[in-house]
Amino acid sequence: MVTTQNLPGSVDRPTATAQKRAAGPDARGSRRRATSGSAGLAALLVSPTLLVLAIVVLYPTIVALKDSFYGTPGLDPRTGFVRDHDPFVGVDNYTGIFGEAGERFWNAFWNTTFLTVTTVALETVLGIAMALIMHRALRGRAVVRASILVPWAIPTAVTGLLWRWIFNSDGVANALIGRQILWTTEGFHAKAAVIIADVWKTAPFIGLLVLAGLQVISKEVYEAARMDGASVPRQFWSITLPLVKPALLVAVLFRTLDALRMFDLPYILVGAQKTSVETLSMLAQDQAANVRFGPAAAYAVILFVYVFLIALAFVRLLGADLVPHRRKGATA
Amino acid sequence: MKIRTTGTLRRSGALCAALAAVTACGSGDGSVSSGSAGGTSFEGRGPITYVAGADNTGTVRAVLDRWNRLHPKEKVTFVELPTDPDAQRQQMIQNAATRSDAFTVLSLDVVWNSEFAAHRWVDRLPEDRFPLGDMLKPIVTTGMYRGGLYSVPASSDGGLLYYRTDLLKRAGIARPPVTWAELKADCARVRKLPAARGMACYAGQFHKYEGLTVNFAEAVDSAGGAVTDAQGRPQVNSPEAKAGLDFLVGSLKDGTVPQEAVTYQEEDARRAFQSGKLVFERQWPYMYPLAARKDGSSKVAGRFAVAPLPGLHGPGASSLGGHNLALSASAKNKATALDFIRFYTSQATQRFTLAYAPAAPTYEALYQDPRLVRKYPYLPVLKRSILHAVPRPRVFGYGDVTAAIQREAFAALTGEKSSASALRDLQRDLRRQAAGK
Repeated sequence: MVTTQNLPGSVDRPTATAQKRAAGPDARGSRRRATSGSAGLAALLVSPTLLVLAIVVLYPTIVALKDSFYGTPGLDPRTGFVRDHDPFVGVDNYTGIFGEAGERFWNAFWNTTFLTVTTVALETVLGIAMALIMHRALRGRAVVRASILVPWAIPTAVTGLLWRWIFNSDGVANALIGRQILWTTEGFHAKAAVIIADVWKTAPFIGLLVLAGLQVISKEVYEAARMDGASVPRQFWSITLPLVKPALLVAVLFRTLDALRMFDLPYILVGAQKTSVETLSMLAQDQAANVRFGPAAAYAVILFVYVFLIALAFVRLLGADLVPHRRKGATA
Repeated sequence: MKIRTTGTLRRSGALCAALAAVTACGSGDGSVSSGSAGGTSFEGRGPITYVAGADNTGTVRAVLDRWNRLHPKEKVTFVELPTDPDAQRQQMIQNAATRSDAFTVLSLDVVWNSEFAAHRWVDRLPEDRFPLGDMLKPIVTTGMYRGGLYSVPASSDGGLLYYRTDLLKRAGIARPPVTWAELKADCARVRKLPAARGMACYAGQFHKYEGLTVNFAEAVDSAGGAVTDAQGRPQVNSPEAKAGLDFLVGSLKDGTVPQEAVTYQEEDARRAFQSGKLVFERQWPYMYPLAARKDGSSKVAGRFAVAPLPGLHGPGASSLGGHNLALSASAKNKATALDFIRFYTSQATQRFTLAYAPAAPTYEALYQDPRLVRKYPYLPVLKRSILHAVPRPRVFGYGDVTAAIQREAFAALTGEKSSASALRDLQRDLRRQAAGK
């Protein structure tokens, strides 16, 4: 939640594009009519939004970009005081990731990527399973749905504390597996702890979005499939999954973008400056906390570009898939 | 926890709005705001703010009430920051970076003094206005930077060795250990007792965080080594430092320190001692009243005492904790602020706050006061601990120094590196940092 403000543009923009694409050619045509008629009014109506976006998205992004070209002022040995002005260093903060100091950056980069891939993959599988259960459950439906959603409703910081207790040296996790693993120390187990906690927390999110997709599939399709003698797995692969795909892709996109900016869970569960779980957001925060705003801004910009590229790839994927699918649905 | 480039302006803006009513934030109120450090003129009287971490015991509010009753025209408003020290430091840095006057008097952790002074985020203070001579000497050094006073000690903290009096007595040991070898020998005897079955011997705070820096520095200093010398140069690749680190590494290996201690922060170690799992523990004084509680929360109430930390050849050396008050360079009403710092750090105020919560006062006299000693029996031992204490490295890039120490010490503790190569790498890192790269 904390890092949302670092890169406000990264999530908003691609999803807006996604919706635009999802709206299809009809929307595009009607907009052309509207602008030709009263372009002035349209501009006027949009301007408050643009202004707000410029202030909360564009301005911070530009300032971060500018900051990333400045270095850290050193100590003046004569006075013992830190120099007043940040030196301009050009692209040194960016090229630095290929040098000796880049080791930490690449470690954070791979951690971010690894945690994103593993958590999103596990969450997708579990989320679909949860959605199917929530969809099917007849008796106690409300209770099942509510209980599955509880983890999602808990703030991430609280989740972090909660799981820190579970992964304590004499906590529940160790009691259950019957041997002592020191989860919060460096090593692969720290990654595992973060993955488990994150999956626990956000699988319900995917479950919820997939459930919404499931509920719009009409019963007749399944009835027809049964008449044709399709087995249950066949129904799942040939009917449920394709029809729920648009909703699922949006859910996976959201989760991917969120996971790439992961900060609070590893920060609270395992701690700051832990090589095993340090993500790019944590690295940028740590640099900023040590008053090295230049490198911090550079890392944030790199993360921004990384998130943006992945979002773009997803939107291409979504756009290519969504539009023809919708058109088919409309004509049917 | 936000990145400064996007968060600072909005944050301080909101803070300004919240404080506008009391601090005349951003609006001229006639007082003269002075220039940068060096030639600070402490002028201007009026409302100011006091900025510190969460006041869990109600002590700060009680002190501010006293001041506000006496000075109705120079009221002090409490700006309460989170409990997490990193979050406190960050908000103070943000306030300084935007040259905001929202924060006036800052409660700094002792290890931030050099950084805040070097960046000129806080003003140099006139030494003759404070009774520094009445304070314990090592404590006063925590407020100094390059021969100048930048923050005045308001509270201190020193490490103590907590030990189980009942078990030591039953094992026939007359006095607490003074050296590490004695500590291990005492443990061996205690663990033969049926009452001590399953107990671990010793623990400190060995999780990879600030507490590890404290414990590592104590081990090094207690073996006669030093992390940095008097000139601030790193000296950590010495045989003495290795002996200190080897004590910690060896103790983890031979089971003197339980394996899970590498996950211990203060509270974990306290729980372990209070539930009777440890014979000895290195801990701050704050635990004393908690472990002495007779409401059932502590299994060791009435069965423990404190001693100075042991060392390699004799008594060890503690790190120093505590908080100092500093004056934000961009603040207004600095004459009032100076008076307030005098008031807050005075002996009378420290005596008053000891009534609320356990603390380590900075004045020598308070450690000898019979009434206080009756209430806090740890005080005489704590005084000895502080007198032999060595402050953590006083460098302006402390954040990087402590990160390097934590990284290398943890690698040695968990057996990832030998203590020799960990210290060699640490020396290289610290030297590179000191050279400005």
